Amino acid sequence: MITKFQVAYKNLWRKKVRSILTVIGIALSAWVLISLLGFNRGYENSLNKDIDNMGFQLMIMAKGCPYEAATLMLKGGTGLRYMDESIMKKITSEPEVDKITPILMSAVFDPNKGESGGIAAYFGVEPASFAAVKPFLKFKTGKWFTDLNAYEVVMGFEAAELEQREVGDMILMPDKNVQFKVVGILERTGTQDDGTIFVPLKTLQKIFNRPTEITTIGIKLKKGMDSTRLEDKLYQLPDVQIVSLEQVKQTIMKLISTAKIMVLSIAIIAILIAMVGVINTILTSVWERFQEIGILKTIGAMPRDIFLLIWMETLILCTMGGLLGVILALILSRVTDILIRRVLPYAPGGGLVVIDLKLVLVTMFGIIFIGLVSGIYPAWKAGRIRPLEAIRGEGGK
Amino acid sequence: MSEKTTVIEAINLTKIYTRGIEEIISVNNVSFKIDKGEFVSIIGPSGSGKTTLINLLGCLDNPSSGEFRLGGRSIFGKAKRLSEGELTKIRREAFGYIFQNFYLIPTLTVLENTVLPLTFYCKSGAENEAPKLLKLLGIDNRKDHLPGQISGGEMQRVAIARAMVNMPEILLADEPTGNLDTKRSIEIIQVLQDLNKKEGLTIVMVTHNQELARCADRILEMRDGHISNIDPLTGDAVPPFKS
Repeated sequence: MITKFQVAYKNLWRKKVRSILTVIGIALSAWVLISLLGFNRGYENSLNKDIDNMGFQLMIMAKGCPYEAATLMLKGGTGLRYMDESIMKKITSEPEVDKITPILMSAVFDPNKGESGGIAAYFGVEPASFAAVKPFLKFKTGKWFTDLNAYEVVMGFEAAELEQREVGDMILMPDKNVQFKVVGILERTGTQDDGTIFVPLKTLQKIFNRPTEITTIGIKLKKGMDSTRLEDKLYQLPDVQIVSLEQVKQTIMKLISTAKIMVLSIAIIAILIAMVGVINTILTSVWERFQEIGILKTIGAMPRDIFLLIWMETLILCTMGGLLGVILALILSRVTDILIRRVLPYAPGGGLVVIDLKLVLVTMFGIIFIGLVSGIYPAWKAGRIRPLEAIRGEGGK
Repeated sequence: MSEKTTVIEAINLTKIYTRGIEEIISVNNVSFKIDKGEFVSIIGPSGSGKTTLINLLGCLDNPSSGEFRLGGRSIFGKAKRLSEGELTKIRREAFGYIFQNFYLIPTLTVLENTVLPLTFYCKSGAENEAPKLLKLLGIDNRKDHLPGQISGGEMQRVAIARAMVNMPEILLADEPTGNLDTKRSIEIIQVLQDLNKKEGLTIVMVTHNQELARCADRILEMRDGHISNIDPLTGDAVPPFKS
């Protein structure tokens, strides 16, 4: 005995190139679809991780554009605003506050970085309070500086790799012509801390001639405390703005939605093209087999049998295309990552495209569904072929 | 054959086609009977209506008027038209078909082509027919070959096996030797004669080859839509309703 499935499957091999091209078309659209869906999830995961790894839930910054503040915080940058460190005293006493740490961000242009120079981020910090809000920071070698006036630095993992420095080496701050001794190198965290060079707060204040000023105060709330009440109170302070990281996250997700819509449109177009490809392939093969299909009816096939036979062909094409697309997406997720990073205004660290079993199943289901919908018309057409017309050779209408 | 049962009975069967504004009477008021176990040839020049007639007999088409009975059961009667699905049900119960162009599925092997009808419909006992038929038709050594790897005569044998696999009562053959040389044609006719004599199969064959037609028990000649009985031995016309 031979099953309908075997008949359908064998038939697809009659025109190998055509079937393979159709499968590739479906695979490419499946790849785009799965990568896009995986990106949505991965991006949010990575962003959440980045924000959790900041170690604090609220930041206080000198008044300015909130978007600028958000970008600064996550990426570093220029155009900084300063506030006086005396403001910290007013905050420490609030009941919701668990820990608090002052930061002086500074960006120095390094002509030797990259091909045409780049910005090196220096953070002035107090090791005791900074380490307390970021307990997850671990040292690869060395330790924090002990003297707040020392000319010593702790380097993030990537910064140390880029500058090729070990503990005990010296490093020159370009522009300012100041030398530091490297006392510690951090392990990789997957956050912006990796690219940062940490300097004792007082030292950095001295170098930049801002003896009592800082750019940021990081606030870690006590467990289970609601940030909104504290935010309201902090808004009473003059000339500062409060950035809640939850807000930052939402702002970034909003910014990113434009890019998402763009990629989604491409995915939809790709799927439509693949769908038309499937319809075209199957319809062509139905017309080519017009007589053969008519003869199947003389040997006992009901219209429903023919419908199923042709429908199965689309199902096989789509399943094969979907599987190939999933494999492509899994193999090339790193490549997709790099491509997406190019078009995005801001991308957090870590994998942007996260593909899991559920996503694979959803995509496969979607592709097969689309294939089945595409197959309805050709299959219905084939089911209606009359044996008499087929024998007379009146096909192709 | 002491008592003859009529399997096919056509009464005033007529088929009219419209081509544009022109009406073509392809089969004109034709009446005849075919008995069980008979081997009947239908001959006639091109356009005489012989293919239309065999299509009507094989329930591939609805007649315009007249009645058609199959084994005593009225299939087409007055103003009774059957749907494609209903026609298929009758066809797969009663008929096996072979055609000039064989119409084998090129991607399936000889054996797979033979058992293909069973995928759609399988009479009880038909499961084991295929190997027997392939052996009977002398192509069992070819069962794993693809149609492209065998000769035209062998392809028509496969088509016959496929037509026979569901154990039909009647085999309808439309120009079965049209694509074959004389030697292979004679072989195919011998196969049909064997099936007719040994298995008691009723065969209706359309052909334009007078010589091959004479291998049948009886010849019906179509001319301009009308039919006449020809004596296969003498070649003379005999009155209709010969029994």
